[in-house]
Amino acid sequence: MAILDSKIPSGPIEKKWEKHKFESKLINPANRRKYTVIVVGSGLAGGAAAATLGEQGYNVKCFCYQDSPRRAHSIAAQGGINAAKNYPNDGDSVYRLFYDTVKGGDFRAREANVYRLAEVSSAIIDQCTALGVPFAREYGGLLANRSFGGAQVSRTFYARGQTGQQLLLGAYSALSRQIAAGTVKMFPRSEMLDLVVVDGHAKGIIVRNMITGKIEAHAADTVVLATGGYGNVFYLSTNAKGCNVTAAWRAHKKGAFFANPCYTQIHPTCIPVHGDFQSKLTLMSESLRNDGRVWVPKKKEDCGKHPSEIPEADRDYYLERKYPSFGNLAPRDISSRAAKEACDDGRGVGSTRQSVYLDFADAISRLGENTIRERYGNLFDMYHKITAEDAYKVPMRIFPAVHYTMGGLWVDYNLMSNLPGLHVAGEANFSDHGANRLGASALMQGLSDGYFVLPSTISNYLATQPREASQKVTVDHPEFKKAVAEVEARTNLLLSIKGKRSVDSFHRELGLLLWENCGMARSEESLKKALAQIPVIRDEFWKNVNVLGSANDLNQSLEMAGRVADFLEFAELMCLDALQREESCGGHFRVEHQFPDGEAKRDDEKFAHVAAWEHNTEDVSKSVRHVEPLNYENVHLAVRSYK
Amino acid sequence: MKAIISFYQSSIGKKWIVALTGLVLVGFVTGHMIGNLQVFLGHEALNRYAAFLQGLGELLWVIRGVLAACIIVHIITTVLLWVQNNAAKPQKYAVNNPQAGSIGARTMIVSGLIIICFLVFHILHFTALSIHPEWKLWEDPDGRHDVYSLVIAGFRNPLESLFYLVGVFLLATHLSHGIQSFIQTLGLRSRKIAEPLTTASPYLAGLLFLGYASIPVGVLLAQHLNLPILQPLAH
Amino acid sequence: MSDTINLTLKVWRQPNASTPGKFVEYPAKNIPTDCSFLEMLDIVNETLVAQNIEPVAFDHDCREGICGMCSLVINGVAHGPEKATTTCQLHMRHFKDGDTVYVEPWRAVAFPLIKDLVVDRTAFERIQQAGGYISARNGSAPDSNSVPIPKQNADCAMDAAACIGCGACVAACPNSSAMLFVSAKVSHLALLPQGQPERTRRAVKMVKTMDAEGFGNCTNYYECEAVCPAEIKSSFISMLNREYVFAAAREAVSEI
Repeated sequence: MAILDSKIPSGPIEKKWEKHKFESKLINPANRRKYTVIVVGSGLAGGAAAATLGEQGYNVKCFCYQDSPRRAHSIAAQGGINAAKNYPNDGDSVYRLFYDTVKGGDFRAREANVYRLAEVSSAIIDQCTALGVPFAREYGGLLANRSFGGAQVSRTFYARGQTGQQLLLGAYSALSRQIAAGTVKMFPRSEMLDLVVVDGHAKGIIVRNMITGKIEAHAADTVVLATGGYGNVFYLSTNAKGCNVTAAWRAHKKGAFFANPCYTQIHPTCIPVHGDFQSKLTLMSESLRNDGRVWVPKKKEDCGKHPSEIPEADRDYYLERKYPSFGNLAPRDISSRAAKEACDDGRGVGSTRQSVYLDFADAISRLGENTIRERYGNLFDMYHKITAEDAYKVPMRIFPAVHYTMGGLWVDYNLMSNLPGLHVAGEANFSDHGANRLGASALMQGLSDGYFVLPSTISNYLATQPREASQKVTVDHPEFKKAVAEVEARTNLLLSIKGKRSVDSFHRELGLLLWENCGMARSEESLKKALAQIPVIRDEFWKNVNVLGSANDLNQSLEMAGRVADFLEFAELMCLDALQREESCGGHFRVEHQFPDGEAKRDDEKFAHVAAWEHNTEDVSKSVRHVEPLNYENVHLAVRSYK
Repeated sequence: MKAIISFYQSSIGKKWIVALTGLVLVGFVTGHMIGNLQVFLGHEALNRYAAFLQGLGELLWVIRGVLAACIIVHIITTVLLWVQNNAAKPQKYAVNNPQAGSIGARTMIVSGLIIICFLVFHILHFTALSIHPEWKLWEDPDGRHDVYSLVIAGFRNPLESLFYLVGVFLLATHLSHGIQSFIQTLGLRSRKIAEPLTTASPYLAGLLFLGYASIPVGVLLAQHLNLPILQPLAH
Repeated sequence: MSDTINLTLKVWRQPNASTPGKFVEYPAKNIPTDCSFLEMLDIVNETLVAQNIEPVAFDHDCREGICGMCSLVINGVAHGPEKATTTCQLHMRHFKDGDTVYVEPWRAVAFPLIKDLVVDRTAFERIQQAGGYISARNGSAPDSNSVPIPKQNADCAMDAAACIGCGACVAACPNSSAMLFVSAKVSHLALLPQGQPERTRRAVKMVKTMDAEGFGNCTNYYECEAVCPAEIKSSFISMLNREYVFAAAREAVSEI
């Protein structure tokens, strides 16, 4: 069992982090600049980590594929960030946030990590405020809170509908300060295309300079991946167009285990698909569910009618009906699946019949249009821009869309993968959300990893590494030369195929296949179908893709081609994991495993564990599944009920 | 001194200089108009006012010096800004599609440079009297310099009046942007009072235009309709 | 199913900064009016790939109007004809069948062109690095509620902080001035109590860097405000004008 040592400190859960910090090795401030840390990704986790490590005195190199670290997709998070401040005095505590997160994750997260997350959550808010994040305030000047999907306390802090943006700008400003101070060197428009492992340790990366096309090697004492999730494997998702699995997948191919890839979160409140041209889906903050009521017509024949023509008695407020205590605020996986069920039942609305109503009429009559405008004005405007419909007058139409991926590279309590020297933070790792992430927890986890966890744990690894330059691995090492040559060869191969189909067409085909067979509901049959089909698409891709342009300048087709090629491999692992996890939990719903009323049926006996996949260099389908058992010492395993 | 130089070198510093000198000039233009409008009160009022100004002696030259300095600094600084601005955007868009900037705003440099030409002529015409040197000798019955009559004589020339009207019209378009511009530049716009003032900017400029234009128009109307006002004394 | 329209695109194509560029005409056929401007370009690019023509390069990422990556001048207007809208959120229903649409990159000396419609906006990074931050060492922050901030100040700071850093203000300004961007950054922090200790040097250094980067001067056209997708108000520029002069004065006095 040594293969997956989670390194969870012993002792009571409240003392673990404190104890761990005390027992961790430290590095003298004067010696820190002798260590180079590579941070890939500049979102909340990466940006915060790079800034904090730079501030501590390490020599940091930070990479992002956008033209500025401020554009990482953390910026798009709207609703808020949780913290156990208990400012509203409504019974919240670190323990309750911990409990809610473990329960919300359907008992598939690691207790110790989640407790630590809850523990540092308050410090995150303080740090962000100090950096100038303009959180919403009350008239007395103190911070405002709201309750957010799946929580019965108001613990969510927010900055209008742009919380992610403001938190990221806070981290970005801290990062900018370090760049000016010279402790962080920023490499924008640089895409990581490989991880370099020397003597079993992650010692550097290979990046492509996206402007000049040059393949560059960078060596370091440790590598931090904060490269986000893999939701774009579905083609249509709420992720940014550039979000990709490449960095994580390359690391996986170099030996890092990939944990729980089947855990994908489908967000319930997105703007429905309009047509084949659609390039992405837009999420609207689920804070909308605080005041909006979800419904579909009771009768199929009403679905084509204008909503105003459907009388109250003929409307099915299905979330309120099924989950009376949580109602419209039921957790994301439950709300999403309920919407799918309604549409599968033929009661979906809109021209495609693939959407449900989110109705604000009650809230508007109770609170007035102005209050609603104040709370959600920007979301209503966004909805209007995209759909040309006025949600103050007619109900919004929403449908679930792929939003977040709980799976990711396996990490221990130090956020280090099984591959020594490789640290993974934020959405890119697997650790804190289990099988389902609660609303307003992603921002919390990204910043927790970046501001507080990694800066405390990274020294644990670095202290074991040589301090003097003469003993360090440099880019002249043969492993670097080999990796550069491999990346160059792969780039040239993509350009040389000159087939008939565009990169996008393959991505769409893969995405649709996964959405239908490994989406909100999965079955053995559908997963086997996908597993049979993915290699076929992949083979065709390598024979028939048409990537134009050159390797030596800005080439967006080439960038996408590399990412899609990796998605085509990753997708297989995702389906494999979904097939082997023969239970339903959180975002992973296997139709074979449900209660008679349609609720997810976990199998704690067999699956209360993390599945961490070891790559098989020959064949993804032969990847090896390792298991890290999850021990629940504090929260008792229970059927997750939101009724 | 270093601070002043670096202030002037900064973009905002230059704008402040333009705004402050502009403010002085707007003050002058307003005062000058109010003074000139006394022409409607007859030769007594205007000539007494002119004699008062002449009587200031060295102070008058100080005022003139300050105004001249403001004009020169205003021009040099705006030309510097203009050169920098052109260098910052050498390539224009294929479609010119402004969304906000008023015509006044977009023609500041042109209107400004034409106003300078007008100003030179205007000073030669009515202050230095170099175009009609004989006006220097005109006196009213009280023995004061008869500025009243020479103003009327000047504006009875339709060409000179027309040039004057064009000049003050350009001045007004310049100020329609200029007045709100110094409110913005001096950092007053976020204050509550500034918003109505910004809106009022083109109206204030229009008022200045009406004030100035009323004199040549009045003179010409009085001449052709034989009105009892705005008739020159006999010389 | 939505309606479709046909357009004629005149797209700026330029392989790199040192090679002259030109407009190239491409037909955009059967464009669904429900799709966004970038999705329209995706469709056109797909047809180009099918003809073995290298697709048009344009910056984009989140496609939901918040990352600030997309940057097109459409018929002479930065981010196109809709107010308070990024290019990615501009939908084709705002165009008419048969329209000719000019698509250009941001044009400014401070934003050198990289390729086709992609420009280099790292000048904004350097302005940010010059002082767009509060030096709050991680871990040393006091409790968030220890300093109450009047709601109106917090709201006003949020108005400024909403800037997405896209650079449309520079693109739209006839002088390529970056004042709207810089004023949003400076005002956001100047309005908060946490931002006070570094207030003077922040304003001075950010303006100095802005000038050094080759942006033009603000001459109060307000084109920036008219195209800003985040609706940053030009009153922030006024605020910066005041802020800078007081800061410069304080700095001058402190040097005596």
